[in-house]
Amino acid sequence: MDVGTALIAQSHRVDLSPTTAIVWALWLLVGFAGIFPGIVAYMVWLERKVAARFQDRIGPNRVGPFGLLQPIADAIKLIVKESIVPRPADGLVHLLAPVIVLASAFLTLAVVPFAVGLVPIDPPSGLVYLIAVSSLSPLGIFLAGWSSRNKYSLIGAMRAVAQLVSYEIPQVLATIPVVLWAGSLSLVSIFDHQAKFGWNAFTPPGLLAFAIFLIAGVAEVNRTPFDIPEAESEIIAGYHTEYSGMRFGLFFLAEYLGVFAISCVATVLFLGGGMPLPFSSFPVNLIDGSVGSYILADAILLAVFLAKVLLFIFAMFWVRATLPRMRIDRLMNFAWKYLVPLCVLNILFAAAWFEVVVRPGRIEAGRWAVGMIGVGLLTAAGVQLVFWANRKLAAAAPIDADWPAVGAARGG
Amino acid sequence: MVAHNYVFVGLLLLVAVGFALAPLALVALVAPRKRSPTKADVFECGVRTHGETWVRFRIQYYIYAIMFVVFDVETVFLYPWAAAYGSLGTFALVEMTVFLALLFAGLAYAWAKGVLRWA
Repeated sequence: MDVGTALIAQSHRVDLSPTTAIVWALWLLVGFAGIFPGIVAYMVWLERKVAARFQDRIGPNRVGPFGLLQPIADAIKLIVKESIVPRPADGLVHLLAPVIVLASAFLTLAVVPFAVGLVPIDPPSGLVYLIAVSSLSPLGIFLAGWSSRNKYSLIGAMRAVAQLVSYEIPQVLATIPVVLWAGSLSLVSIFDHQAKFGWNAFTPPGLLAFAIFLIAGVAEVNRTPFDIPEAESEIIAGYHTEYSGMRFGLFFLAEYLGVFAISCVATVLFLGGGMPLPFSSFPVNLIDGSVGSYILADAILLAVFLAKVLLFIFAMFWVRATLPRMRIDRLMNFAWKYLVPLCVLNILFAAAWFEVVVRPGRIEAGRWAVGMIGVGLLTAAGVQLVFWANRKLAAAAPIDADWPAVGAARGG
Repeated sequence: MVAHNYVFVGLLLLVAVGFALAPLALVALVAPRKRSPTKADVFECGVRTHGETWVRFRIQYYIYAIMFVVFDVETVFLYPWAAAYGSLGTFALVEMTVFLALLFAGLAYAWAKGVLRWA
């Protein structure tokens, strides 16, 4: 059995035959221990370049052409730095915390279908697995803040946990429309569904869910404007204040791996994975069983997949360069008072879309148009309703009442 | 067959932990180690730390955590419903609408009680 056929077989039927063992070893040693960290290292370089351009600077350009060797220089520097652990800290927990955060980011990538057959594992409960392992990272972050025995670390950790658990709810609820339409929790089935019915982001409830998922995703990886857990202007560096050298490097790696993972998951759930056209199963229908067609289709899928992921990553860098940090009360309000009600309503809109468009088993132009207009108006009305209700409630209890200092500063 | 998926997860966990621990081991070999009392102090902007750090924290955080647990359990109920929706029919939609209404009532109650107010 050649490698191509083995990969196809591996995505559908998992056994512990020697070929599967080879495929798994390739995934673990080449993919997870080689390619993914490599991608992440160059994401850091890209962010420094992009952020520099946004600020009218040049960015790293000394180490190698265009500063391309910068990640290697950074890695060497991190390795030869002393790891300082504060005397009163809990040593073992201090050591384990970054390991847990990094492991969580690694495990998330295990269910991502990069192309047909190019998926490490495809458990029937893929999304539940995804949510379970991504919930591990708040634990590691909290342990980091608590074990450091530093007041700023502790404040950062508490903020991180409050924020992460709050934004996890809309993030999880936003995936329910996708599950409902595909009729499965497996990410491969969700990909297959989109090959048949078009990308999920091109439906009204799907677009709303996509937007919510992205916002919550940025919050889940602690990036601006949701980076209060490590707000350097108020609490030094938050939960990783007491981390230096390689131990800090692990947190850094985990953050960027998290950005990569969330971009991959968003691409699979809402943007049709590696498919280049929204309403066509284009490269997938090339596969006729021969290894050549399979390699051609997967090359296209993988290239488009990575391009979409890069787009997401760039968008996150762009947001970071553009938006200021949110205040903590507004940040929590936004999750509970806007995103959660919207998600709950969106589940009903998703059910309506299922009845109108997905139920017949294939796209029918008439029903699709009715769905786009009908469910579209319904979804827009839902968004308006939530924002209107929030404006009314906020007007009844102005936020300055909670924050006298803010009112005083405004001269009120 | 399905159980073998989680064999891979176990192996991946080992790889991930190894990937994290290997550079730390390397650091232990090559990085300098010069301990000093000042360096090992807790870093709080250069000011000597004052009082106990591991204190009881404000209750607001725990209330959010409780809200999280409630809603997280709800989503566990929603997933199987969503996955089986196609074969369940209209009655399941009505039932889930009632369930979502109850869920929403819970959120509205917490909201009205001021649980969602950060102050």
